[in-house]
Amino acid sequence: MNTSNSAADKILEVKSLNLSFGGLKALDDLDFQVMGRELLAIIGPNGAGKTSLLNCINGFYRPQSGTIQFHGKAIHPLQPHTIAKLGVSRTFQNIELYTGLNVLENLMAARHIHMKRGAFLGSIFFGPARREEIRHREVVEDIIDFLELEPVRKQVVGTLSYGVRKRVELGRALAMDPRLLLLDEPMAGMNLEEKEDMARFILDVAELRKIPMIIVEHDMDVIMDIADRAVVLDFGSKIAEGSPAEVVENSRVIQAYLGEEDEFETSSQ
Amino acid sequence: MWRPCGVFDATYEKDMAIVRTSRHWIALIVSLVIFFFIPLYGSYYIVSFINTLAITIIAVLGLQIVSGYCGQISFGQAAFMALGGYTSAVLTQKFGLSFWVAMPLAGIFTGLYGLIGGAPSMRIKGFYLAIATIAIHFVTLWLLLHLEITGKSVGLTVDSPQIGSFVFDTDERMFYIIMPIMILMTYAARNLVRTRVGRAFVAVRDNDLAAQVMGINLYYYKLLAFFVSCFYAGIAGSLYAHLTMVCHPEQFTLLHALWYIGMLIVGGLGSIPGVFFGVVFIRVMDEIVLIASPYLADWFPWLGMAPAAGLGLTAFGVVLAVFLIKEPRGLAHRWEILKASSRLYPFAY
Repeated sequence: MNTSNSAADKILEVKSLNLSFGGLKALDDLDFQVMGRELLAIIGPNGAGKTSLLNCINGFYRPQSGTIQFHGKAIHPLQPHTIAKLGVSRTFQNIELYTGLNVLENLMAARHIHMKRGAFLGSIFFGPARREEIRHREVVEDIIDFLELEPVRKQVVGTLSYGVRKRVELGRALAMDPRLLLLDEPMAGMNLEEKEDMARFILDVAELRKIPMIIVEHDMDVIMDIADRAVVLDFGSKIAEGSPAEVVENSRVIQAYLGEEDEFETSSQ
Repeated sequence: MWRPCGVFDATYEKDMAIVRTSRHWIALIVSLVIFFFIPLYGSYYIVSFINTLAITIIAVLGLQIVSGYCGQISFGQAAFMALGGYTSAVLTQKFGLSFWVAMPLAGIFTGLYGLIGGAPSMRIKGFYLAIATIAIHFVTLWLLLHLEITGKSVGLTVDSPQIGSFVFDTDERMFYIIMPIMILMTYAARNLVRTRVGRAFVAVRDNDLAAQVMGINLYYYKLLAFFVSCFYAGIAGSLYAHLTMVCHPEQFTLLHALWYIGMLIVGGLGSIPGVFFGVVFIRVMDEIVLIASPYLADWFPWLGMAPAAGLGLTAFGVVLAVFLIKEPRGLAHRWEILKASSRLYPFAY
């Protein structure tokens, strides 16, 4: 477990990031930072570029210009799997689990970057490969315990309910022992109880595992309750930054969410 | 056979074990012992049937790894088998190597050649990759037909393996080479798919997006799957060449590759026992059809020569269609259901 982040560390630094698809500017000269251990929320209306931003951070999209530095290392020319090895983990808005594997195997698969045994020793199994399996199984069981997934441990994830699958996905992201966790709408499509559970798990991760997190979410109530800081995006650019309580009072944020109250007022800005 | 309910594993070793109880062990050992005495009391027909069955199982195990587990559908397995057979034949006949050296070398060489077969998987997947592997099949067979060293259209004759002065020249003797290798390869495949590399394969198959985010290098694992798969094909091809004592392109057609894919579908994609179910089911069916078709021709003279020539393929097609509609997860899935329900019997759940 990496607990070495002090509060003042700069975990992630995004500088003047530009991403466009043809004529559409998805991200427009975006700057922000994640400081050690914080829970940073990225919010904004639909199509603001939140998920595009996450996709840039883990290397699915290549931004046209700008830099993304993770622990002082530029990551944006790297392949997604290399970025993962540096310790960036994420969950997806639409659950992206390995549907044919059970919960345990999904989490074990996330230990991939920490395991070493290749095809040959794996096919012999007894000896080094089994010792490694057991060692990592212990880590995974801790996470299963933490996320209260014991009853479904050996169930194929394709058969699980939506809320549980969301939790499995969080578990899989945690099993990587990440140094930065990106959560893309962890509470989308959940009822109040499930949201509360998920919020509790996220807070526990922040508290116990001290992993800095970027959380993309639509639900403002949740953000108000759990985030340390929020960045608001609209049409790819940052329109506000600060504590959740501050940003919801911000007039540009209210405009972005609720529309313009008075045309003449905004055009004079 | 199985444990009563309420008995739990105390260690992870026990939880991971495949052979779980002492009764399992006894059943396994007894059946293996009985199996190894088959050549002593079985007829020549049975033994040679089992030999080809076992060789097919090795080839289909390889196909299961690349197609069933890693999700890269390959129609090249017959060509890779051909290459393995030819490599082994060339090494033993032209370079004078012993079978025991030539067979693993044939496996490794075919595996490396398979990297070419897997190369397009960087850019294309699914359907398109399958088509690309068909191209690999024809290129490979064209090479085997036209190269000087592979004997062109005549093919190669191959000697039987031997240890000292003992020559494995009959099917009964080859049985004792083929069987241990098949068991070893099954053991290796079963373990491969339940450890790190196997999980990476399934990750690539089930969700390549998530696999990348979890630090799995897609291309590396696709190529590794092709390597392992072709290694299996190479070993199977080598055994086949030394069993039939001849190597000819006619033995490895695209139709063979299609049969292998069909066996996977019938047995169940993504399951090692499924390979056994699929191969045995299709081969036994084929054999029954072969025996039945002369009678059918007698009873229904208006069919002409059609039953003898086409019935095997027709039956294969029908079985495949029925499985794809009724049980796309194959016999292995049925087997799992049967196991689960017999464990719970007499209760429904």
